[in-house]
Order: sequence, then structure tokens, then C-alpha cells
Amino acid sequence: MHIAVILRLNPVLTDELELTEGGKDIDREWIGFELNPMDDQALEQSVLLKEAHGAKVTAIAAEAEGGERLLRTALARGVDDVLLISNKKDDDAPPPSSRARTPLLVEAIKQVKPDLVITGILSTDDLYGELAPQLAACLNWPQASAVSDVRLDGMVLTVRQEYAGGMAALIEMDLPAVIGLQTAASPPRYVAGSKLRDLLNTKVPEMEASAEFAEDLSEATTLNLPDTSGGAEMIEGDAKSVAARIHEILMERGLV
Amino acid sequence: MRALIFVEHSNGVVSENAFEMLLLAKSIGAECHGLICTGDAGAAQALGTQLTGFDAVSAVADPTVGHYNPEAVLIALKAAVETQAPDVVMTSYSTAGVDLAAGLAVRSERPMLGYVTDLELNSGGLSATSQVYGGKLTAKTDLPLPAVTTVMPGARKAGSLSGAAPAVTMLKPDLSGARTRVREIITPDNSSGVNLGNADMIFCVGRALGGTEKLPLAEALAAALKAELAGSRPVIDAGWLPKIRQVGKSGTKVKPKLYLMAGVSGAPEHLEGMESSELIIAINSDEQAPIFRKAHYGTACDMFQLIPALTERLNSGNS
Ligand SMILES: Cc1cc2nc3c(=O)[nH]c(=O)nc-3n(C[C@H](O)[C@H](O)[C@H](O)COP(=O)(O)OP(=O)(O)OC[C@H]3O[C@@H](n4cnc5c(N)ncnc54)[C@H](O)[C@@H]3O)c2cc1C
Repeated sequence: MHIAVILRLNPVLTDELELTEGGKDIDREWIGFELNPMDDQALEQSVLLKEAHGAKVTAIAAEAEGGERLLRTALARGVDDVLLISNKKDDDAPPPSSRARTPLLVEAIKQVKPDLVITGILSTDDLYGELAPQLAACLNWPQASAVSDVRLDGMVLTVRQEYAGGMAALIEMDLPAVIGLQTAASPPRYVAGSKLRDLLNTKVPEMEASAEFAEDLSEATTLNLPDTSGGAEMIEGDAKSVAARIHEILMERGLV
Repeated sequence: MRALIFVEHSNGVVSENAFEMLLLAKSIGAECHGLICTGDAGAAQALGTQLTGFDAVSAVADPTVGHYNPEAVLIALKAAVETQAPDVVMTSYSTAGVDLAAGLAVRSERPMLGYVTDLELNSGGLSATSQVYGGKLTAKTDLPLPAVTTVMPGARKAGSLSGAAPAVTMLKPDLSGARTRVREIITPDNSSGVNLGNADMIFCVGRALGGTEKLPLAEALAAALKAELAGSRPVIDAGWLPKIRQVGKSGTKVKPKLYLMAGVSGAPEHLEGMESSELIIAINSDEQAPIFRKAHYGTACDMFQLIPALTERLNSGNS
């Protein structure tokens, strides 16, 4: 059993987001990037499957910057192999979208030949309706998103797919398949900094994809900071005075 | 302009999202076709009668799609797109919408946009507004047609349109190639007696809570307020609170008199579950957090200072 897990970097959303001139991208200069939290779940689930079934796990990334560090973290977390897809772009261009990157990822998947591809269900910068279903469509494999439990039995995969209102279903799929993971069976494990430092000089294998970026709508898209007028009335002050004001509001409404 | 709307349903009732998409499609002057996938012809007819305001309805009635099956429904949707040639395909931003829309877009070589909150006509096609970066930014896109979209729940206020429901036309795509089978349907476990849906007062904590060691702080405030304690999805996923206490898209939808929240960013999937609360008060140290666009009152105060201060205030004020 061979599992490929696709990892992406995402801006840290608690940082203040600013836009580049013209609004074609967020300003990436000062903002932090982290492993997409849902890919973090996908990584954990892949390692859990490795531990339970002796599967081999290969982590794949297609980041122009930070990809090596990302993949070293994956090694520290327990994956067996990593593969970085070279993703050179002009310095000024925004990083390619999920849609644009899909053909390169598909090429890497065809090279790695996994039985199962796992990635996070959502990446907050993705305007194109998410990666897992796109990959599955290109590979012509079955796919399920919003998955919160993954079980393997030979070449049959059973996943728990979640719906609104706490409803769910157990869905069985023949492998190979793709899943868009929401939650791993247990929270992502902690990795000691020393383990990461040990891997600092580990060479991350790179592949030069021959596929071209797919067309997307980035030229036709501009980003905007939403209008905040008409939003919440902000309560200023220290904790004590804010608490007093909230108490007052609740009393005015007869809620306490 | 023709829109094909993928109609979701559960327990024999068409979901509100179908009517929200209908109103959005009507607002761009589209002729609206609905597609129902269900297990048998009787169920298809019964669902069809609910689709007042639609201009045409087709259905795939096959045991393979008796419960939502991601692969078989994608085959059915693609077949409907091939026969009806819609300019825009709309699915809701739901589990099914995530599964189907991007897959359909790749398979039918159409452009695709997710998280759409509004559509307008423009010269070449549509101008679409969507939400990205956890609701912190909006995107405006000139969307060439034909295209595929997922539409955010609540993009329009659902209300049915008058008129008779159109007759249901049956489609019979070949679903035999599906490698995906639904084995079991799981309903939420309500044995704990917690019912956020009926609660008048809710205090919800988010990822910023950081761990169970801080839970007593939150529990004390919930007790002082006589509120139910709830959590955003990461709080549940981390095991800090049980699933029954999750608010949002994949949790419970709530409409309390008070929804006090701390350390929750206000991602669209959370808002979907609580935005119709009567009074929303948000505590979040990031002044740019999307929740401040929905909350009635907000404060950028640190939650770990404010939660104990408010608990103390309530306890002394209540005594
Ligand atoms: C299909 C699908 C279904 C989903 N269903 C749900 C759902 O049902 N419910 C749900 O909640 N999410 C759901 N999500 C997840 C959703 O996208 C968000 O990831 C989630 O809501 C974020 O939770 P959060 O706001 O607690 O965490 P974050 O987004 O990480 O926000 C934490 C916030 O805490 C603030 N903060 C940090 N420190 C402090 C402090 N000391 N004091 C005050 N504030 C602080 C930060 O500024 C930040 O805004 C779903 C996602 C998908 C893809």
C-alpha cells in the first residue's frame, strides 16, 4: 500500500492581510506561511495509516518557496519519502492556483504511483473548488471530500464522509482513489524541534514536471478587502471595562 | 441563459440551498433547471413537486444514488450537463458541492469558481463575487461561460417562488461504472441530551482556546451566563469538546438569543451555523477577523483576560 499526501503552504490567517497593487494577490512580503491546517490533518491520517497497515507514505509539494522545509517537517512526522515539484515562476507573479498546479501534481502522482492520494479538503486561498476532486477527475479515480475517518481493507477503502447537521455516511471505494480529508482520526502529532534540526541537511528530491500549468481565472480575478462598515460596534478598553459594557448590553436586553 | 441547479435533499425534503440558488439564478435572468438524484421514481416525483419556481426538473432515479454517492452522482450530473447544455451549473457549497463541482469542471472542461456569494451579468458572461481566505477577502471574477460554480449557503434568502412545480423528466445515465458504494448512513448521536439547536444562550469557543487546560475558564463563563458551551470545528476535532457541541456547516445550526464567541475567526463554515442568532458578541484579538462583519458587538480584547473578567462581573452582578 502506497499513500501520497499532498501538502500546501497557506498564509497564516490571523496575520493582517494586505493586497498588492491592483489586487491580483495578497502581499506576501510580511505575512507568515504555515502548513495548510487541513493538509496537516491529511499528513497525520497518512502516517496513522502507515502505522496501522505498514503503508508507505510519500509527501508531495509544489511550492516555489518553503517547499523543502515543509517536506522536511513531513519526514519528521513519519512519512517515508518526499518529492518537491519544481515550480519556478517569475518573481512578481502570484503563486499558481490549485487549478494551475493540478497537471503538475497529476504528473508527480503518476510517477509516484500511489494507491491512495490524501490531501486537505480545503485550502483557504483556493478559488477553484478544491484540489482533491480536481486530481480525481484528471486521474479518473473515485473521490470523496469532507472525510473524517479512513479505513483500509486490502484494496478497498472505507471513509466516513460528513454532511450538514452532523450526518455522515460510510462510503466504500475501490483503490486507487483520492480523498479530501477534513479531520484525521487523532490530532496532528507534535514534532520536537531537535528532530527537525536533524533533518536540516537532508536532501529533498525534486522533480522537473513536463506538464504546463493549467489555465485558470487568475487574470480575470481581483481581490478586495471587504467593506467593514456596518459591522460590529467595537467595544474598546481593558478587560474589566469591556466586561462591564458587555454585562450592560446583556442586562438591557434582559439576557441576564 | 440557462442554469442547472443540483438539488440536494434529505429525508424527502428539498434543501433550502436549492431555493437560494434558484433566486440567485433568477436574478441573472436564467431559465432554471433542477436536477434531482434519488433512489426511485416515486421519491423523485415527490421531491419534484416541491420545486415551485423552477422552469424544468429532471431526475435520476437509481438505487446507486438512493443515498448521495459522490462518484455515481458526478456521472449523473455530467450526463445532465451534456443533455441540457446549461450556461452555468450551480451546486451548493456543501459536501456534495465540493465533490461535484470541481470534478465536473475538469471533466467537462469548464472554468469553475467556488464560494460564490453573488452573480451579475456582464458583457462576456458573468461577474462573480466569492469569498476566500477564510472570509477575510472577497474576489471578483469575470467568469466566462459555460461555467461551474459552488454557491455559498445564504447567498440569497431562500423563499419559494409562486407557480406550479414543473413535471419531472427522468434521465437514465449508466451508473454501473461507479467504484464507490454507500455502506451505512450515520445519524448524529443525541444521547447526551445536549441540544444547541434549542438553546437560548450559547457561549462558543474557537481554536484560540488552545487546549483543555483552558476549558474551565470557558465553562465558568458559560455557567455564569446559564449558556450552553459550544465550539468551532477545530475545538471538536482536537477533542476539547464533544461533536454534539459543534456549531457550523458540519455541526449544528443555531439561532439563540445570545451567541457570545471567543477566539473564533468567523470562517464562512462557522457563520453558516450561527449567523441568524439574535445577538452576536465576538471576542477576537484580530481586528480584521471576519466575525466582526457579522457580529453586533465586538472587542479585540484578549479572551484570556476578558473571559474571567466577564465571569466575575456576571457572578457579582447576578448575586
Ligand atoms: C466542509 C467544511 C465544513 C466545516 N464545518 C465547520 C463547522 O461546522 N464549524 C466550524 O466552526 N468550522 C467548520 N469548518 C472549518 C472552518 O473552515 C474553519 O477552519 C474553522 O471555523 C476555524 O475555527 P476557529 O475560528 O476556531 O479557528 P481559527 O480560524 O484559527 O481562528 C482563531 C481565532 O482566534 C483569534 N485569537 C487568537 N488568540 C486570541 C486571543 N488570545 N483572544 C482572542 N482571540 C484570539 C484569532 O485572531 C483567530 O481569528 C468547516 C470546513 C469545511 C471545509
